[in-house]
Amino acid sequence: MIGQREYLFNFRKITEGNIIGKVLVTKDKINFYLVNPDNGKIVETGHELENISINDKILIFPGDKGSSVVQLDGLYQMAQKENKPKAFIVKEISTVLVSNAVIMEIPLIVCTDKKFYEIVNNDDFAYINTEDEKLVIKKTGK
Amino acid sequence: MFLNEEEKYIIDGNMNKGESTCLRILYEIGRAFQAEKMVVVNRAHISLSNQEGDLWFASKIAEEGAKCKVFATVNPAFDLEYFKEFCRFNDQDVKMLEKTKKVYKKLGVVPTYQCTPYLEKNVPKIGEVVSSAASSSSCFMNSVYGARTNRESAQSALCSAITGKTPLYGLLLEKNRKGNIMVNVKAEMKSEYDFQLLGYCLPRRIEYGIPVFTGIEEEPTMECYMNLCTQLNVHGVVPMFHMIGITPEASTIKEAFGGQKPIQEVSVTQKDLDEAKKEISQYSGKIDFVVLGCPHLTIPQIQTIARMLKGEKLKTELWIFTSHLNKELAKRMGLLDIIEEVGGKIVEDSCVDQPLWNHLQGKKGLTESPKCSYYVSRRNMKLIVKSLDDCICAAIKGVTQ
Repeated sequence: MIGQREYLFNFRKITEGNIIGKVLVTKDKINFYLVNPDNGKIVETGHELENISINDKILIFPGDKGSSVVQLDGLYQMAQKENKPKAFIVKEISTVLVSNAVIMEIPLIVCTDKKFYEIVNNDDFAYINTEDEKLVIKKTGK
Repeated sequence: MFLNEEEKYIIDGNMNKGESTCLRILYEIGRAFQAEKMVVVNRAHISLSNQEGDLWFASKIAEEGAKCKVFATVNPAFDLEYFKEFCRFNDQDVKMLEKTKKVYKKLGVVPTYQCTPYLEKNVPKIGEVVSSAASSSSCFMNSVYGARTNRESAQSALCSAITGKTPLYGLLLEKNRKGNIMVNVKAEMKSEYDFQLLGYCLPRRIEYGIPVFTGIEEEPTMECYMNLCTQLNVHGVVPMFHMIGITPEASTIKEAFGGQKPIQEVSVTQKDLDEAKKEISQYSGKIDFVVLGCPHLTIPQIQTIARMLKGEKLKTELWIFTSHLNKELAKRMGLLDIIEEVGGKIVEDSCVDQPLWNHLQGKKGLTESPKCSYYVSRRNMKLIVKSLDDCICAAIKGVTQ
């Protein structure tokens, strides 16, 4: 804890960025093809974030899933319609996720700290600075 | 990550910009996975998709002068000449296809347009380092052949095809190819469909890792392997598996796990397979069409279909997706005639997840592949999954049980 309801965590940088934004958390892996690019909402049936928009969010999820090409298309279409997430915080990286983050220039970091996942909730604010290696969560809820 | 003088020279843009872009992306990936250095690859498979993101990236590096240095096969888009007789396309779809084909030709790929390269044209040997995208292909090459590839993205495989290099990490290293999840199969694995179900239900129950299957007594057919590799990578990320006493790097449990204890142990029972079946196949009644071949069907599968269709009449549309070579063989073997006589269609060079289905919107369809059902859901198509035999019976009767 570094201030009132502010918490600092360690992480591993994969792609660079300096980002502030609201977080959206899911326990489910994500396939970025099963997202409606027009509104950024996940359309996969039964997904924890089904019908929820990932647009402009710092997305916290275990990792990606699905085949090797369609996810870039999903992210590309979201970017074209300005509905893409701001950054990714994951537990596990895959070659597909890393190449997509590099090509689409989306900041991607790996955080495996259990405390992070206990503390972070939807709508908290996250500040990621890969240069200074800082990940700060600012709590907003009760 | 170490780069030799030649690699530094290329990254610095001294050759052409496209090659520099590709090597830089591979370098970033290598750094992410803490690779020690780059290694040489002599073959690649690229999961071309004929979609906006795919075309955008391929065009970007083609304009920058990129050209394949090594043999590289590609996934299917669709066979416009064949489909335009039956389907409605808008100008945008046609333009996208033309551009995709043109760009990949400029990049110098081998235009196989096939999603099962490991069965023909791009077959690696044990221990060979390759760069394969198409998640089912990576899984097959690693697990069944013992070749070494990471689960490449379409773009990382394309970058390797351009540069002839891949970062040395992950499944290219012996130590990372050991299993860590024990999967006790307690169901009778009698059919190709059972392997679809196993591949469908397992990923949601396991951690990231390499499953080791026990309890599969007989060597699965190529079709069973193909189904398993494909479906494991729909709801999961499974770049490799072992089967004790069957696959090349798992002659014993000790070899498969490298002497380590598994981090997770799960059992898959007949009940699990039955529940998966219920989840994806629950529908009985009238149907309008059947789509088969995600991944592309093999000659034995097409033989089965022709045998079932001989002397029958179809009450629904029947679309069978396969490779160019298999369609040619089916023609030589008289299978194409049998299938076309009853109104069925064999399609080459095409993928089910393409803009082919405008004329079937709102209609009820069947497929043998959970992957097909999952991906075409984004095209507002709802497909019920049944076994290949049940799909053919339903196409003949116009109803499914």
